[in-house]
Amino acid sequence: MFNLFLLQALNGVQFGILLFLVAAGLTLIFGVMDLINLAHGVLYMVGAYFVAAFTAATGDFFVGLAIALPAALAFGILLEVLIFRHLYDRDHLDQVLATFGLILILNEAVKIIWGAAPMSVPVPDALSGSIPLIGFLRYPVFRVAIIAAGLFTAVGLWLLVNHTRIGMLLRAGASNAPMVSALGVDIRRLFMVIFGLGAMLAAFAGAMIAPILSVEPGMGDQILILTFVVIVIGGVGSVRGAFVAAILVGLVDTLGRTFGPILLGQIMDASAASQTGRTIAPMLIYILMAAVLFFRPTGLFPARGAAA
Amino acid sequence: MSASEAAGRPVDQVQTPAKRGRLFGPGRRLAAIVIFAALALLPLVANLIGDPFLVVTATRIMVFALAALSLDLLIGFGAMVSFGHAAFLGIGAYAVAILASHGVEDILVQTVVAVAAASLFAFVTGAISLKTKGVYFIMITLAFGQMAYFFMVSLSAYGGDDGITLDRRSTLLGSRLLSDDIALFYALLAVLVLAYLGLTRLIGSRFGRVIRGTRENPARMQAIGFEPFRFQLTAYVIAGAIAAVAGVFLANQAEFVSPAYMSWQRSGELIVMVVVGGMGTLIGPVAGAIAFLLLEDWLAAFSEHWKLGLGVLLILLVLFGRGGLAGLARRLTGGGRA
Amino acid sequence: MAIIRTAAIGFLASAALVGSAFAQEEADDTLTVGVMVTLSGPAAVLGQQARDGFMLALEDMGGELGGVKTEIITVDDELKPDVAANKARELVERDDADFVVGPIFSNIMQAIAKPVTDGGAFLISPNAGPSNLAGADCDKNLFVVSYQNDQNHEVLGKYAQDQGYQRVFLMAPNYQAGKDSLAGFKRSYKGEVVNEIYTSLGQLDFSAELAQIAAAQPDAVFTFMPGGMGVNLVKQYRQAGLDQIPFLSAFTVDETTLPAQQDAALGFFGGSNWAPDMDNEASKAFVAAYEEKYGSVPGSYAMHGYDAAKLIDAAVRKAGLGDQDALRKALESADFQSLRGDFEFGPNHYPVQDFYLVKVAKRDDGKFQTEIEQTIFEDYADNYVASCKM
Repeated sequence: MFNLFLLQALNGVQFGILLFLVAAGLTLIFGVMDLINLAHGVLYMVGAYFVAAFTAATGDFFVGLAIALPAALAFGILLEVLIFRHLYDRDHLDQVLATFGLILILNEAVKIIWGAAPMSVPVPDALSGSIPLIGFLRYPVFRVAIIAAGLFTAVGLWLLVNHTRIGMLLRAGASNAPMVSALGVDIRRLFMVIFGLGAMLAAFAGAMIAPILSVEPGMGDQILILTFVVIVIGGVGSVRGAFVAAILVGLVDTLGRTFGPILLGQIMDASAASQTGRTIAPMLIYILMAAVLFFRPTGLFPARGAAA
Repeated sequence: MSASEAAGRPVDQVQTPAKRGRLFGPGRRLAAIVIFAALALLPLVANLIGDPFLVVTATRIMVFALAALSLDLLIGFGAMVSFGHAAFLGIGAYAVAILASHGVEDILVQTVVAVAAASLFAFVTGAISLKTKGVYFIMITLAFGQMAYFFMVSLSAYGGDDGITLDRRSTLLGSRLLSDDIALFYALLAVLVLAYLGLTRLIGSRFGRVIRGTRENPARMQAIGFEPFRFQLTAYVIAGAIAAVAGVFLANQAEFVSPAYMSWQRSGELIVMVVVGGMGTLIGPVAGAIAFLLLEDWLAAFSEHWKLGLGVLLILLVLFGRGGLAGLARRLTGGGRA
Repeated sequence: MAIIRTAAIGFLASAALVGSAFAQEEADDTLTVGVMVTLSGPAAVLGQQARDGFMLALEDMGGELGGVKTEIITVDDELKPDVAANKARELVERDDADFVVGPIFSNIMQAIAKPVTDGGAFLISPNAGPSNLAGADCDKNLFVVSYQNDQNHEVLGKYAQDQGYQRVFLMAPNYQAGKDSLAGFKRSYKGEVVNEIYTSLGQLDFSAELAQIAAAQPDAVFTFMPGGMGVNLVKQYRQAGLDQIPFLSAFTVDETTLPAQQDAALGFFGGSNWAPDMDNEASKAFVAAYEEKYGSVPGSYAMHGYDAAKLIDAAVRKAGLGDQDALRKALESADFQSLRGDFEFGPNHYPVQDFYLVKVAKRDDGKFQTEIEQTIFEDYADNYVASCKM
C-alpha cells in the first residue's frame, strides 16, 4: 500500500508539472496584461499538433520538438499582433468573447488541416520503456522526462523573473502596468514578448505530452479549465503560486481518485464507498478550489499589488 | 431604514459607463415591445407560411432567452460574471424529470420545487462565491457548475450521463394543455414577458439602484450604509431561480433531460448571448439568444465546419462592434455613441 | 429616432426568425432521409465514418435508394441532446423525412427516439443501441442495424471465461455506458473481479489506474475507453510496461483510434460484429472503395452506415413509399446483403448476428486494422428482447 502511495504521488507530481507548464504562461499573461485568455488551451493543442506534424515529417521527436517550439512562438506572436493586441484595453467580457471565438476557430482549423481522428506521436526510442521502482512497480521513462523538463522550465522561469531585466519589468508590470509604461518602457514590446513566451510554454506542454496523450481537436478545452483552476488557486499573476497550485491539484486529483474510495471504505461498506468515491472524485479539485477561495479570496499567492 | 433616504440621491446619480447607454430609454422599451410582439405573432406567421415547426424552434430559443435574461441581472447590472449559470438550467430541468418519474407531473408543483432547489443552491454557492471578486468569482462559479454537472453524471438512478426521457410533457392543473406546441409556446412567452417586466421593475427599484451602485463603487455603497453582499446574494438567488424556470421549460420542450444541459460550455454560451445582445439592457440578451441560436442553426446547415464561421463572427463582433447587437442597432440608426 | 432604433433591433430578431424558415414543398414520390450524426467536436470522427459509409452505399446505388428519387439531409447533432431533439423534430415535421439515420451516441438516441418515432418516421441507428430501447421501451418504428450496446462487452466476458482467466481487472469511465459495459462483461465472466475502477469521463492520464493494475497483477484487464480516452490509455498501458497482461477491450481499439494508437495497440483484443478483413466479396469491395475514397480504414461505424443505406434501399424497393405498415414489414425482413454476412432482426428490431473476438494487426501497407480472431457468439440476440412488447 505504501509503495502504491509513493507511485501515485509521483504520478500526481507529473500531472501537476504538466499543468504548471500550461498555467505558467496563462498566469503571466493574466497578471501582467490583465487579459483573460480562454484560447490558452488551444495553444497547448497547437503545440501538440505541431510536434505531431513535424515529428512525422522528420521522423525524429527531438527534431520535431526543435521545429515546433519556434513555430509556436511565431504563431503566438502572430496571434498577438492580429487579435490580442486589440483586447488589452477591453473589459474582461470582451476578452472572453473574442478568445472563445478563437477557440472555435483553432479547434475547427486543426480538424480541417489534420482531420478529426486523433493523431499520435510515438515515444522517442531514447526515452521509451520503463524503469523499476519498488517491487514489481515500474515507471515510464518518458514521464520522468516530463517531470525533469517541467522542473527545468520552472527553474528557468524563476531565473528569468527574478534575475533579468525582462523579469524585473514583468514583475513591475504585474503590480502596476501604467507606472511601467509611464517610466518609458515600451509596454507593447514587453506584452508581445510575454505573450509569445506564454504561447511557447503552452505549446511546449502540448508537445511534451503528445507521446502520452492522443492529439485531437478539443484537447485544449479539457486542460484549459484545469489550468484556470490552478492559476486561481495559486493567485493570478504569480508563477510561484501556479507551481504550488499545479502540484497541489495534480496530487489531489491523482491521490483522491485512488485513495478516496479506500478511505471511505473505512467508514462505510465497500459498494457505498466505491459509489460515493467515484461521485466525489471528479469534483475534488473544484471542491479544493472553492475551499481555497473561501479562506483566501485571491488565491494562495496573490501577485497584484504585491511582489510575485 | 433611514440610510435609504440619505442614500437616495447618491445612488440615483451613479453614472453607468457610456458604452451601456441610458438605462431603459424609450428605445429599449420599444425594442422589447417589437420583439415580444413579433414573438406573439409568430405562430400566426408560421401558420401562414406553412411552417408550423417554427414555433418549436422559437420555444427552444425563448428558453435560452429567459436564461440569458436572468444572467444579465448578474453580469449586466451586478458585474457578477457567473460562469456556472447553466447549472440552474439543469436544476430546473431535473426537477421536472425527477418529479415526473415519481408521478408528480403538474408543472406548477415542478416549478415550485425547481425554484426552491435552485434558490437553495444559489444561496449556498452564492454566499461562498461572493466572498471573491473579478476573475476569482468567474472561476468559483465555474467550479460549482462543474460540481453540479459531475453530480448529475454519476446519478445513475436518473439516467446518469445518458439522461432521462420524459414520457410526456407536464400537466397544468390536471390538463394536458401543454402537450400542444403552441400552448407551450405561449406559456413560455408569458413567463418571459413577466420575467422581463419583473426584472425591469427590480432594476429600477431601490434594490436595483443598490446593485448597480455596488457595481460602480462597492466601497461607497458600504460607506452609505448598504451591505453589498446581501443585495448581491439576493440578486444571485433571483437569477438562479429564473434560470431554473427556464430549465423547467427546456425539459418540456425537449421532453428529455441530461447533464449536458449543465456543461460549462453551456454556461459560456449563455455569457456569449448576453454579451452579444448587449449586457445591462435586459432586452439585449433576449435578442442575443435569438441571434446566437439562429446563427448556430443557420451556420450548421451551411457547413460541417460551421464553428469556424461562428468564431470569426465573434471576434469581428468584439473588434468592430462594441456594445453587442444593441450597440450595433444604435449605431446603425445613428443613435449616439455606442 | 428611438422608434427607428427599436425597429432595428426588433427587425434583426424577427427577420432572423422568419428567415430561418424555408418552407419546403415536398413531392410524395421523393424519399427523404435525414442523416443525423455527431460531426463537430472531438467525437466527430465516428459520425464521419457512419455518414461516409452511408454516402458510399448511396453512391453505389446511383444516388437513389429503392429506385426512388432520394434526398439526403445531413445534420450535425453537436453531441448536445437538446439540440438533437430539436433537429430531429425539424427533420420529421418540417422536412417530412421518411427515415432518420442516426445517431452515434446513446444519450443522443434517448433524446431523439421519441420525437422521430412519434412523428411517424423510421429511426435507423447506425451505432447506438441502448438497453431500454431493446427492452421495455422498444418501438415499432425503431431499427438498430449495429448491436445492442452490451454485446461487444459480452464478447470479451465470454472470451475471458473460456480462457479460464481467474482474476480480471475492470475499468471504465464513470457514466452510464461505462457501467453498462462492465455489467455486460460480467454477464458471461464468472471468475474473480480483482478491482472495478470507474475513471472520470474525459480523463487524460491513467497513471494512477495503471499503477493499481501493476500492483494487482491480474490475469487480464478488461476496459471500455472510447475515443481519445482509449488512445491515451493504450499508449500509457504500453509505456507502463504492462503489455504482458492481456488487454481485452470494447470500443477502445478500433479503426477510428488505431491511426493514433498504432504499434502501441498491436495484439490488443476487442469485440465486434465485423472487421475490415471480413471474408466476403461485398465486404472486401466496400473496404477497398472506402479506403480509395476517404483514405482511411473503415471501422464498424462505416459498415453500419453502409448497411443502413442497404436496408432502406431493400425495404423501399419492396414496399414502396406511402404504406407505413408494408414498409415496416419490409424493414423487418431485412432483405439485403449485409457486409457482415448473415443478418436478421429480432422481434425488438435489434440484430441477431455473430460476434467475434478481434485483434489489432498491422497490414503490409503499414496501416492498422482489427482482424477477426475467432467467433465467440453465433446468431446472438440481446438480453433484453424478452421484455419488448411491440
